[in-house]
Amino acid sequence: MGNFKAVGSRLLQLALVLWAVVTILFLMFRLMPGNPMAAYIDPTFTLEQQQQLMAQFGLDKPLWQQYLIYLGNLLQGNLGQSFRYRVPVGERIFELLPNTLILTFSSLIIAYVFGILAGAYLAWKRGSWVEQAAIPMVLTTRAMPEFWLGMVLLAIFSFSLGWFPAGGTRNPGNEYSGLLDLYTSRDFLAHLALPAATLAIYSQGLPLLLMRSNMLDVMKEDFVTMARIKGLSNWTVVVRHAARNALLPVMTSFAIAVGYQLQGNVVVESVFSWPGLGRELVNAVAASDYPLAQGAFLMIALVVIFMNLLADLLYAFLDPRISHA
Amino acid sequence: MPEIAVQKPIGIKRPNILARLFRALRLPTNDPFAVAGLLIYLIFIVTAIFADSIATHDPTEILYTPAYDLAADLRPGQDGFIMGTTSLGRDIFSQLVYGSRSALLIGVTAAFMVALIGSIIGLVAGYFGKWVDAVLMRLADIAFGIPFLPFVIVLAAFLKPSIWNVVIAMALVLWRDTARVIRSQVLTLRTRGYVEAARVAGSSDFKIILRHIAPNILPLSFLYGSIAIGWAILTEASISFLGFGDPDSISWGYMLQDAFASQALAKQAFYWFVPPGICIILVVSAGFFITRGYENILFPKLGR
Repeated sequence: MGNFKAVGSRLLQLALVLWAVVTILFLMFRLMPGNPMAAYIDPTFTLEQQQQLMAQFGLDKPLWQQYLIYLGNLLQGNLGQSFRYRVPVGERIFELLPNTLILTFSSLIIAYVFGILAGAYLAWKRGSWVEQAAIPMVLTTRAMPEFWLGMVLLAIFSFSLGWFPAGGTRNPGNEYSGLLDLYTSRDFLAHLALPAATLAIYSQGLPLLLMRSNMLDVMKEDFVTMARIKGLSNWTVVVRHAARNALLPVMTSFAIAVGYQLQGNVVVESVFSWPGLGRELVNAVAASDYPLAQGAFLMIALVVIFMNLLADLLYAFLDPRISHA
Repeated sequence: MPEIAVQKPIGIKRPNILARLFRALRLPTNDPFAVAGLLIYLIFIVTAIFADSIATHDPTEILYTPAYDLAADLRPGQDGFIMGTTSLGRDIFSQLVYGSRSALLIGVTAAFMVALIGSIIGLVAGYFGKWVDAVLMRLADIAFGIPFLPFVIVLAAFLKPSIWNVVIAMALVLWRDTARVIRSQVLTLRTRGYVEAARVAGSSDFKIILRHIAPNILPLSFLYGSIAIGWAILTEASISFLGFGDPDSISWGYMLQDAFASQALAKQAFYWFVPPGICIILVVSAGFFITRGYENILFPKLGR
């Protein structure tokens, strides 16, 4: 079957992209102004510690050897040591990843449920004043800076009305026995509400517009006309026949949206002091904690790349007419 | 900046070329939203050019009230400050006016670079095909694997924080979307009769691309350019908000960062942080509306 060959070439492409992004990351963090050793070695380290680190990263060797050592370290999952936290970067990243994923998925699920329903509704109401007014409004939400929307929501619902806390994931002093205990607590959900709402308002435009235009396409297809001729009710035609078929490409776009959302998280997490990967990246760059910044960047890039792959494969799987040329 | 305005009469001297360019761009003047978008652009361009005479104060100057107190955190209208002042006693209205200048500078240069690089790569990949196409499209795959905002943040932080470095970082990633679309368009154009005819008649590749293919993809380049204007302004705002922006320029993102860091949210100073956001939304959505007008012209099948 040609499908296996197509998947094979897609995986080869994945390997190329992974290698290229890892290499760009290496160059980006080594060719910055100043001495790379100064970036990696904290002045408070003892001489032995310094030499140990230098040997580990091979910073005394020529650039190409450093590159090979970097690749070797990466393959072993060794991302280095964070300056500020004095812990392995990997450890720190996996500590923050759940917070980012919860924020991303909760906001995207809200956005997709709303976007799909509203998109189908607007396609159904095509040409009405509701649609005429709604589409420019949706475009406007896409034009908002996400962090600004977060600021406005914070000012209104937190500082003015006092309904929600202003930042973080929990009230200081509250202790939880485990992650599940924390994530299901009222405290955590109240902290999650505003950042998730910010990201959801921004993200709903994509599924909404996609769903609407797919619905408009599907409604013109023969099987929908056939359903109408059979005398099925408007509701049955729209929901059972048209919506189901229009839904597939929208679901595929979910994978792409996860990748985009992760990038948008960088600013929204900063507004709400949400301890996630994006805020950590910003703080690490600002504090010259390069191993941590590099690790956070790599983690975000990995999710983006794998979500792109997932979208491609899903798309090919759902619609066999798409070929991998 | 007034030097830029002086160069304008070139268009008046040679109306033919300008008129032809306008026709080639196929500006969507029959779509009401697109017209509104073009009007918003026009207002912001005029504001940016005449910022010096519109602004009431120097946007970076620390101001004092007539009673010689620091003019900090004044409400709109107080002591003659139209939109109030910041916590450090700077005039918000003047900052807003000057912000249009950096927004347009960034939007236009980034959009130009993205559209130019993307169009050239798309043209070359689509026209020459084979290994040239394969190499360029793998480069596009790589660009799609780079998380855009983190990439711009890291580059802006490592290079000297300046508007140009933000623009370059954006162009290095964003060409990918334009290039892919232009390439697929060129693939279909390449097989058209008049291109074949030109090739048989002995036209060079360069001439065929420039004379016969490039004019047909110009509206698409412009479409992706106007999308990039919005992206660029939003990105610059995010970068400035995170504190990696150009410290020497007043931008809307810088204003929002200043407001956020100065506790404007807790002080309920809506007059401070709402206007820059509205300006960003207006300019970016103007780009979207123009884009939509274009899509109706370029892809009439899509419907509305």
